[in-house]
Amino acid sequence: MATITTPKKSVAVNPLKQSQPLGAALAFLGLKGVMPLFHGSQGCTAFAKVMLVRHFREAIPLATTAMTEVSTILGGEDNVETAILTLVEKSKPEIIGLCTTGLTETRGDDMEGILKNFRKRHPKLDHLPIVFVSTADFKGALQDGYAAAVESIVKTIPAMSRPVPLDPLPSQVVILAGPSFSPGDIQEVKEIVAAFGLYPVVVPDLSISLDGHLGDSYSAVTGGGTTLAQLQSLGSSAFTLALGESMRGAADILQKQLGIPYEVFPQLTGLGAVDEFLQALTDLSGVPVPEKYRHQRRQLQDAMLDTHFFFGRKRVALALEPDLLYTVAQWLRAMGAEIHAAVTTTKSPLLNQLPIETVTIGDLEDFEHLAKRADLLIGNSNIAAIAHRLRTPLYRLGFPIFDRLGNGHRCTIGYRGTMQLLFDIGNLFLEQEEAPAKH
Amino acid sequence: MKITQGKINELLSESACEHNHKKDSKGKNKSCTQQAQPGAAQGGCAFDGAMIALVPITDAAHLVHGPIACAGNSWGGRGSLSSGPTLYKMGFTTDLNENDVIFGGEKRLYKAILEVQQRYSPAAIFVYSTCVTALIGDDIDAVCQKAAEKTGTPIIPVNSPGFIGSKNLGNRVGGEALLEYVVGTREPEFTTPYDINLIGEYNIAGELWNVLPLFEKLGIRVLAQITGDGRYHNIACSHRAKLNVMICSKALINMARKMEEKYGIPYIEESFYGVEDMNRCLRNIAAKLGDSDLQQRVEQLIAAETEKLNEALIPYRDRLKGKRVVLYTGGVKSWSIISAAKDLGMEVCATSTKKSTEEDKARIQTLLGKDGIMLEKGNAQELLRVIAQTQADMLIAGGRNQYTALKARIPFLDINQERHHPYAGYAGLVEMARELDEALHSPIWEQIRQPAPWETEAPNTEAVSDAEE
Repeated sequence: MATITTPKKSVAVNPLKQSQPLGAALAFLGLKGVMPLFHGSQGCTAFAKVMLVRHFREAIPLATTAMTEVSTILGGEDNVETAILTLVEKSKPEIIGLCTTGLTETRGDDMEGILKNFRKRHPKLDHLPIVFVSTADFKGALQDGYAAAVESIVKTIPAMSRPVPLDPLPSQVVILAGPSFSPGDIQEVKEIVAAFGLYPVVVPDLSISLDGHLGDSYSAVTGGGTTLAQLQSLGSSAFTLALGESMRGAADILQKQLGIPYEVFPQLTGLGAVDEFLQALTDLSGVPVPEKYRHQRRQLQDAMLDTHFFFGRKRVALALEPDLLYTVAQWLRAMGAEIHAAVTTTKSPLLNQLPIETVTIGDLEDFEHLAKRADLLIGNSNIAAIAHRLRTPLYRLGFPIFDRLGNGHRCTIGYRGTMQLLFDIGNLFLEQEEAPAKH
Repeated sequence: MKITQGKINELLSESACEHNHKKDSKGKNKSCTQQAQPGAAQGGCAFDGAMIALVPITDAAHLVHGPIACAGNSWGGRGSLSSGPTLYKMGFTTDLNENDVIFGGEKRLYKAILEVQQRYSPAAIFVYSTCVTALIGDDIDAVCQKAAEKTGTPIIPVNSPGFIGSKNLGNRVGGEALLEYVVGTREPEFTTPYDINLIGEYNIAGELWNVLPLFEKLGIRVLAQITGDGRYHNIACSHRAKLNVMICSKALINMARKMEEKYGIPYIEESFYGVEDMNRCLRNIAAKLGDSDLQQRVEQLIAAETEKLNEALIPYRDRLKGKRVVLYTGGVKSWSIISAAKDLGMEVCATSTKKSTEEDKARIQTLLGKDGIMLEKGNAQELLRVIAQTQADMLIAGGRNQYTALKARIPFLDINQERHHPYAGYAGLVEMARELDEALHSPIWEQIRQPAPWETEAPNTEAVSDAEE
């Protein structure tokens, strides 16, 4: 049982956390034909866009209501309206994901009212879902904004009028994928779920929007992701698999509004975690675990045997958002390593359960101090400078990672992903052990 | 520095900026007063611009007074390099929470400044206001003054809420802060008749380091780099320079003009890109410093460098000759890069003139020739259309358009902020030639454009398949 501390200081130095709207944008980008729109000054959008581009090495659709000094005083209604109309004309989005920012939350724009008026004035756009999410920059972090956006998506879209009544589909399952899952992870989840004869609808599905693939033509909005039709059909799903604790809220909404039962899987990394997930899929589908995964399980067991020498008693310092922090900490403990320090960005019910005495909600200055004498650091690319100063190896995980290639394809979940993670991190330990021997 | 509407108007209608000279030399600056368009606007805000202009001061701490988005989503991401201190690379922010927004953030800011000063002993602290702190009415000027008195360290308020305007305006806001709080506050240990300041060069990818050795050889001393790889003390002394050299940017022109007014320092606008521009830059500096001996040394240096350069470019000339490029970038850089491309025997078939002044445009038209296309405004689709129309071989643009080009299977070269290669000076031209050659002649293009054996038609490669013939 960990205690949670927040350092008493007035300045954040080298922030670990990113803003809520950025997280919301990331969630929206997993929908097909979407244009996320920040209601704020143009810089709010530009900064978030640059970060997403650097991490995924993809063109990122992201628009702004371009608030000015005058519109900040008078109110942002005209800007929201003009922005939506301009986007409809120029980018032809199928869905708009509207996020507030620190500026417009401080100003207090009445977003519900603004959208109501917009609908009244533009009945022609009734078919266009505008998913609104309140994401003040001065509250929470990326993970909170992401979760809030997914909640808004599942609340808003299935509730919009549907032309055809839904047939119940016993094999359709909703997968709510949390912010700790990369496009590569989601690809793996989809394959696993499909192998049980189930039809997964992933919300949001980054595996076909930000995975990095060469399309045939230019698109101003996302070329892939969960489709509007899929979102409208959520109600005919038999079950929800919520991946990551932060997806519990959205799963709850689906249960309350559409009567879909759910189970939360806080992690899919590590032998035990994957076992539980596959067993759940078997229970759900009545299909026994396919031979392919039985074999992968044996491969993972073997990999654990080969690598455990290098993990035992290693002290690892983690700077990750809560969902990912929990995943990595549990998995490292299960390999015999110790959690030397844990720094995170925002509150979560998972923090108390971490296998460490204290977890710090703080910045990378705190992390640098706590990570001294660790054998390995795990966190985003901004930690590279710290790793250099502490002369400690760094395994890059989280967001943003701008000094490594292939972030859209990396997979660290399932038996296969866990095994890859074992080898990648095991190799860092191995290198460290070998280094002095060479002299 | 209070940012009042009057101050903003003054910066927007900066008299030395040619944007503000219409044909009747009246009227307001077109591009600066242009409002960002909701739903269409791209690019950063004034806060971003102020940070771009000032963060390269490497021994200062840059403290952002605002919620996490402003610093958390941007710190450490700028490409300007340092030859020494690394403090500027650190992200400092008050990271405002809901309570601060309700009750005001001044106390937190004051404590934050003291903490930064105690823990990191910076040469100075630049404090940036943002939309939220401007909106809740925090008086950062007063807080900075109080903190400066308490700490004895220069604490400089930069009133840069994003909503006041574009990145360009933000650059000027940064310049104003330097003029009001930094320039002229210290004296250099000694001066020489060959002291110059470089203004508006941010040492992206280490570009300055291609040029500084040239100045050194000529006996020209760069008193202050404003602000690439800059030091606070040097900028504070910059009022003793004999000449201000503005590089490739109108962004800090307010600084050059006001330093001329206040300290009588003349200024020239130059570029470090391409042989011709580099030569002209050195010649103009020598002429302005008014020393025939120096002018002679410049000619010798140019002769020597040109010979070395021609030698170094031999392997690339044939491979680049006649290649057609579309250029998409802002402002002065347009003609500057055209001139560099021409030096390499390449043909620029279209370029953007979105941020260019009338003078720039006239110059671009001459350089392009009659068939050249000038793009007034553009988006990704428009760019792809022009590339197809002109049958261009590649796109040279800012990183934002990188994926537009690559996804359309078009070779790309990044020339903006985030790039990793220095293209300035004579050495930079060789670097650029190498990069262009690599981009154009990579063996991947043929493979990427090849349809799969089971596909009957080639994928939609637009301009490219034609241009290859």
